[in-house]
Amino acid sequence: MSVVFEKTSYLTDKPFHYCPGCNHGIIHRLVAEALEESGMGGNIVGVAPVGCSVFAYDYFNVDMLEAAHGRAPAVATGVKRAKPDSLVFTYQGDGDLASIGTAEIVHAAHRGEKIVTIFVNNAIYGMTGGQMAPTTLVGQRTTTSPNGRDEAWCGAPIKMSEMLSEVPGAYYIERCAVNNNANILKTKKAIKKAFQYQMEGKGFCMIEVLSTCPTNWGLSPVEAMKWLEENMIPYYPLGVYKDKGATK
Amino acid sequence: MALTLMKGSEAIAEAAIRAGARFFFGYPITPQTEIPEYMSARMPEVGGCFLQAESEVAAINMVYGAASTGARVITSSSSPGVSLKQEGISYCAGAQLPCVILNVMRGGPGLGSIQASQGDYNQAVKGGGNGDYHLITYAPSSIQEAINIFSFAFDKAEKYRVPVLFLADGIMAQMMEPVEMPEMVDFKVDPEKKPWAATGWKPGDDPAKRAVINSLYINTEELTVHNNELQATYREIEKNEVLYEAYLCEDADFVITAFGTVARIAKSAINELREQGIKVGLFRPITVWPFPYKELAEASRNAKALLDVEANEGQMLQDVKLAINGAKPVEYFGHCGSLMPTTDEIVAKILEMKEGK
Ligand SMILES: Cc1ncc(C[n+]2csc(CCOP(=O)(O)OP(=O)(O)O)c2C)c(N)n1
Ligand code: SF4
Ligand SMILES: [Mg+2]
Repeated sequence: MSVVFEKTSYLTDKPFHYCPGCNHGIIHRLVAEALEESGMGGNIVGVAPVGCSVFAYDYFNVDMLEAAHGRAPAVATGVKRAKPDSLVFTYQGDGDLASIGTAEIVHAAHRGEKIVTIFVNNAIYGMTGGQMAPTTLVGQRTTTSPNGRDEAWCGAPIKMSEMLSEVPGAYYIERCAVNNNANILKTKKAIKKAFQYQMEGKGFCMIEVLSTCPTNWGLSPVEAMKWLEENMIPYYPLGVYKDKGATK
Repeated sequence: MALTLMKGSEAIAEAAIRAGARFFFGYPITPQTEIPEYMSARMPEVGGCFLQAESEVAAINMVYGAASTGARVITSSSSPGVSLKQEGISYCAGAQLPCVILNVMRGGPGLGSIQASQGDYNQAVKGGGNGDYHLITYAPSSIQEAINIFSFAFDKAEKYRVPVLFLADGIMAQMMEPVEMPEMVDFKVDPEKKPWAATGWKPGDDPAKRAVINSLYINTEELTVHNNELQATYREIEKNEVLYEAYLCEDADFVITAFGTVARIAKSAINELREQGIKVGLFRPITVWPFPYKELAEASRNAKALLDVEANEGQMLQDVKLAINGAKPVEYFGHCGSLMPTTDEIVAKILEMKEGK
């Protein structure tokens, strides 16, 4: 019998706690495979957020730190400054990165911090049971926007990739999704490129990945993926927002 | 070794570097801005890193990250900035990360003033962040004492895996004193001594050595075990690390309790009173956590009464009363905000107590 698929050794054997159909699991696998294929071997430090992926320290088979809510980019900064030869990444949700942690992510980008941020945008606070996030779409119902997000009352959803690409220190920003095979491959390529840039000593890289939260969206996994395609991708267009390393 | 005249903030910064600190993360705030300024010039000379953070919140989290690699890391701030650090300090305590935090206290509450104060005593020793934790908290009363404490502060932080806090004030940071600096310590991260740190693990290495720096224990029993371990460490520290100064307490009718700069003012008052033939002594905690409860009770055993003097509403007074446990009267004198008690005021207060007013 020939092996057609093997789990990367950059994931531990601990079973994921994620809900059925949640994209966090796919994204974890892509990050771990990209870590393996980066050729770094060891000397990799990941920083987990507060959110559904808080237990990322149990899953990524590298040295892991658990940061306070939103502070992962500052924690990663401390690691990278202390160990410049290591490969450092943060893994953060949209509440973590786009709400409580805006100062930390903007200034990590601003300093051109040589870290990679994996930004998992599911337009909701998953872990706390489905409250409105700054990324929640207009009209989207959550437990704190029971009648749907009202733009006049609390603004339009924030677009972090667009915003951060305007920060001079940012080196590479791309928004991806894992809604089909082609996009999964694209996401992995983007993550690999970001790690490559860091290993070359380039600046701040962020890969935003649009993600589903079937549980708190109140949809089945299949419906959730469809909702992401029909509602999130049009508002959050996929693509490269900044790539200082692109050959012109 | 020769004495050199140095400004408090710069002497403290240099002492930290001599003790092996190679990473400094901070944000400007009066009256401690000379510390980051000094660090920004000095760190590159010793192959270290100075980074100005976007906020005190970020600075303490950078400390969390850098300390996770086993390095000797320091941050400094003043009261409003230290309030912002409380979240990160609690996380460092929970994740058992050795590091050093300096609070050059100024007047509060809120923006308060930029002059010296002792208003953050409770925040420092009763826990400013969430959860059951303590910091080994030193309250030096001279620049030289701060320098001397630095020569073992990182060792203590690393031995117990507990953050260390220096409680200084604006006067100490701004004044100049002749000091003697220790030699530079040759500190290198030793992964054998810090098996918990992120020092280059890879898949295939011993899984037990993979660093997981974390303060989350979602399971109630596991969090209890973790807290029990922390509490056991705190009891060890209480047993081993208490520091204090007892000055002329033996025959004293009155014992003054004070810490930091205020203790120096109290000492002048005591010398004046002694010249008048009034027997007064000073008990000065150097560690305000762990607090020298037993030692204070012992040192004041012959006294008729105690006077607690502070530049706050009497925050340490609670600990003094715990130490004395109702055995004799404990009075308080001091001011809130940034008004320092003066020698004359302390003398007058003791005379009043003597006359039984
Ligand atoms: C300081 C602080 N505030 C609030 C919380 C509660 N909290 C935990 S997770 C979370 C939201 C996480 O949402 P997101 O970052 O979008 O991650 P997701 O769970 O959706 O993956 C909140 C508000 C906390 N742990 N700490
Ligand atoms: S609550 Fe949402 S984000 Fe969290 S694991 Fe479940 S599906 Fe995923
Ligand atoms: Mg989310």
